[in-house]
Amino acid sequence: MGAITPIGNTLDSFWEALLNGKSGAGPVTRFDASDFPTRIACELKAFDPLQFMDKKEVRRTDPNCHYALSAAQMAVDDAHLDPTGVDPYRCGVVIGSGIGGIDTFERQHRALLESGPRRVSPFFIPMMIIDMSAGLAAMRFGFKGPNYATVSACASSAHALADAYHMVERGECDLVLTGGAEATITAAALAGFCANQALSSRNDDPTHASRPFDKDRDGFVMGEGAGMLVLESEEFAKARGARIYGEVCGAGMTADAYHMTAPEPNGNGAINAMRVALSNAGLSPHDVDHINTHGTSTGLGDIAETKAIKNVFNSHAMKIAVNSTKSMTGHLLGAAGAVEMIAVIKALETGWIPPTINLESPDPECDLDYTPRVKRKADPQVALSNSFGFGGHNVSLVARRYAS
Amino acid sequence: MSIDQKVKDIIVEQLGVNPAEVTATATFDGDLGADSLDIMELVLAFEEAFQDDSGKALEIPDEDAAKIKTVGDAINYIKEKQGVAT
Repeated sequence: MGAITPIGNTLDSFWEALLNGKSGAGPVTRFDASDFPTRIACELKAFDPLQFMDKKEVRRTDPNCHYALSAAQMAVDDAHLDPTGVDPYRCGVVIGSGIGGIDTFERQHRALLESGPRRVSPFFIPMMIIDMSAGLAAMRFGFKGPNYATVSACASSAHALADAYHMVERGECDLVLTGGAEATITAAALAGFCANQALSSRNDDPTHASRPFDKDRDGFVMGEGAGMLVLESEEFAKARGARIYGEVCGAGMTADAYHMTAPEPNGNGAINAMRVALSNAGLSPHDVDHINTHGTSTGLGDIAETKAIKNVFNSHAMKIAVNSTKSMTGHLLGAAGAVEMIAVIKALETGWIPPTINLESPDPECDLDYTPRVKRKADPQVALSNSFGFGGHNVSLVARRYAS
Repeated sequence: MSIDQKVKDIIVEQLGVNPAEVTATATFDGDLGADSLDIMELVLAFEEAFQDDSGKALEIPDEDAAKIKTVGDAINYIKEKQGVAT
């Protein structure tokens, strides 16, 4: 696994920061945001793509690809995978992103308006398009199996993991490198999310701005980064002597069929995603002891997800250690599902549930056990990770502690 | 800065190559490892960096760009457009 996040640029530093309840939020430094209603974000700190890519590759790719390829390299290294020792046609790459190369889009659009069409770079389209991370990862590792991007806003990388899981489970691939990346801390993207009134405007207190399930929450905090996982069949992983962190064992995908940006108020789409995921895994609601929520810190979303969890799990819901890692990382949009699945796998491996920070006065309509403020040793065996996206896309993934 | 040096600096920056590799006879697609996209971008960078002999932004038509194979070709082409003897 590999992670580049606003609270840590490596898998280990990310996990340690999650357990310590560290916030990645601060003032926007990437550009002058003084005219914006929201001037805070969870930016990456001191990330240097040249650690993983040469100068030329960095120059001809968008930051979205920098994050994706760097995390992909970390994941392959962490898996001790020798890409030359596999059947390339049985190795896939599926990488999601909500928006892709919007920084490139903004720069090239400016060039078009200011200097005309002849000044638009030949790299404009290849740098911007969302599937280029998957394409470049294939070039880097030589994987020649299924290769594409998934796009479903904030559920993009959860869809990537779901597809990867199904491909491995169906026996089409020995392994799939999968995850997501997002690099949307740009002027146009921030302006757009501000216009949606989706973002927290707690500008004077950024580290307390992302406060899922708290009564004083006022929107999400935009994040950026990438999470990548190497999903393999158990047989393949064992045969090559891989270190197995955990088992992905089910996925459920549904739609709200309700509204462009608002969640269905009773969480019906989310309810069905969790039910399909559990059924796919052959598990019952009582088997689940941890849920990493979508939990973005928006007014409607946190209530709808709480209702959905109570509907699926009934009285068992109160026994589940629920959390929102977005309280620390901010919302990594298309990368969120993968980064949060990494948190889930680490929770199953280590027994520790990261906290939901800033949960000081719970919203009366949010009455689950959200692991407030401090981590907890709970030894979970089965966990869900929920991801929901603008457009009404819902994904619930199931993972289990691995026992050989 | 001389035209030669400016052209070489642009090539070093755009292609991420070592300055020592950027000799007059070095070919873009062979010696300097540029692909078709790199070469198109390099042409754009030359157009942005240089003017023609009337002081307007340099325009390098595709048919001219196709003939620029080496660093020396690029330097000579730009000098010619600027009315500088080569």
